[in-house]
Amino acid sequence: MRDRSGAAGGLGWLRLPFWLTYLFLYAPIAVLVIMSFNRAKTPYTWDGFSLDWYGRLLENDAIRGGLANTLIVAFGATALSTVLGTLLAVGLARYTRSRLLDALSTLPAILPDLVLAIGLLVFYTSVKMTLGLHSVLIAHTVFGMAFVSAVVRARLSHMDTSLEEASRDLGATPLTTFFTVTLPTLAPGILAGALLAFTLSLDEFVIAFFTAAPSEPTLPIVIYSMVRFGVTPEINALATLLLAVSFTVVIVAQRMTRLTEALK
Amino acid sequence: MTGRPSVVAVRRAAGRLATLGPGFGFLTVFLLFPLALVLSYTVFRRGRFGGVVYEPTGENFARLADPLYLDVVAGSVKLAVLTTLLALLLGYPTAYMIAKLPAKWKVIALVAVVLPFWTNFLIRTYAWIVLLNSEGLVNSGLKALGLGPVELLYTDGAIVAGLLYAYLPLMILPLYSAIERLDPSLREASANLGARPARTFWSVTLPLSLPGVLTGCVFVFVPSLGNFVIPELLGGGRRIMVGNLIRDQFLKARDWPFGSVLALAVIAVLVLLLFAQAWAARRAGRDA
Repeated sequence: MRDRSGAAGGLGWLRLPFWLTYLFLYAPIAVLVIMSFNRAKTPYTWDGFSLDWYGRLLENDAIRGGLANTLIVAFGATALSTVLGTLLAVGLARYTRSRLLDALSTLPAILPDLVLAIGLLVFYTSVKMTLGLHSVLIAHTVFGMAFVSAVVRARLSHMDTSLEEASRDLGATPLTTFFTVTLPTLAPGILAGALLAFTLSLDEFVIAFFTAAPSEPTLPIVIYSMVRFGVTPEINALATLLLAVSFTVVIVAQRMTRLTEALK
Repeated sequence: MTGRPSVVAVRRAAGRLATLGPGFGFLTVFLLFPLALVLSYTVFRRGRFGGVVYEPTGENFARLADPLYLDVVAGSVKLAVLTTLLALLLGYPTAYMIAKLPAKWKVIALVAVVLPFWTNFLIRTYAWIVLLNSEGLVNSGLKALGLGPVELLYTDGAIVAGLLYAYLPLMILPLYSAIERLDPSLREASANLGARPARTFWSVTLPLSLPGVLTGCVFVFVPSLGNFVIPELLGGGRRIMVGNLIRDQFLKARDWPFGSVLALAVIAVLVLLLFAQAWAARRAGRDA
């Protein structure tokens, strides 16, 4: 009994920083969400419930344009990242033992975003490529494929290779084996990787800031220029909507991975 | 008979090319080549409107020793270290508690740590402007208590709060996985030998989770150093950090060679810390 109470006593004080962490993480978000429904123009006093700011938000051309640009970049970069990242993961797991290539495939995920941003800016300028949505799309693919490849490889390492061997022994060509055995087995990993690449691209600011054309800003760049000029309640509404999207995606992804784990 | 193995070999080569070729081709053009360019820029003279003039020079590196820039570096390191320490102080107990939770709650607690991290970084920073503003929530509370208003926004404290908010999950996750991996029998042995929980923590749990501690510190410290948005939005531009300096060299001052030197310095710090982390992980692996 003494031992147990001792252990509980030793852990008891940990509850304070534990709850403090969650308070710290969620209080600012909660404030934004509550303020987004506030009728008052100054975002600091409560003046009754209203959806006005959501209405204003939908009429804001800069935000609508930014959202469209962001979606084009995110869908494009996700598609490209998913194909390249999946192939890379299969190749790294099946065709090479090179630790150098392995390290190279994870480099974009470790490299500080600012370094990748200036690297690409310097590169685009030196090959005289005009900036636009395509230059952001390429930039987002660089780190997107690293994340897809990492997630797919984690899935590959759990995969039973005997299925692929059986397929080959039964006379299937490597291509047939890849499309009928490897790819379907990897599907949940590929989907999770794609979701990750998509969310990362949606939110990415630093690299887009360096590689986008001023005439075609992505949504985070639009938000940045709004925030720089101070507090506007429209941002609260936008924040709430973006939070809802991110939360849904993360929870769906979480459910999916748990579902696939249960099916294993 | 000699034909079959060669078909296999050809197929393997084709498979290797088809899987690894596109990805590494892409990374060579859009990652390695740009990084090599940045590296090469460090030794050339600046061009008048950005870019470089290809005349070798050592002056870009020499400028790092300029007291003006040393001040920026020292100030950034101070704030980044403070952020990292606070993250560790808050993150370690949190990770420890999560590791001790029942499986079902563990998942919820972990997802709850990651969730804010998946929301837009600018929005998360903006939330702190709303909180810390002179008419913001914190100051309203202080005013009600007769203590305020105090200037909270546009201070170093606001920058640290913003950095901590942005990167705390990156501290908790590696800590959690390090603590989770620890063999519970080691702690039990320590307890059975009569060690108090505190003693067990300091001489068993903490040393064995040190690789996780270092990983978390690298994950918080390096991006804190290179962040230019938070110092600008929450620091009001009064405090210039290394990230701001790099951004300005590329987008304002158009001194790309010096900007490249600064970027190289950030990479050097990252590599150095990663090596330290790997060394600690090997040592902890040997001790366990």
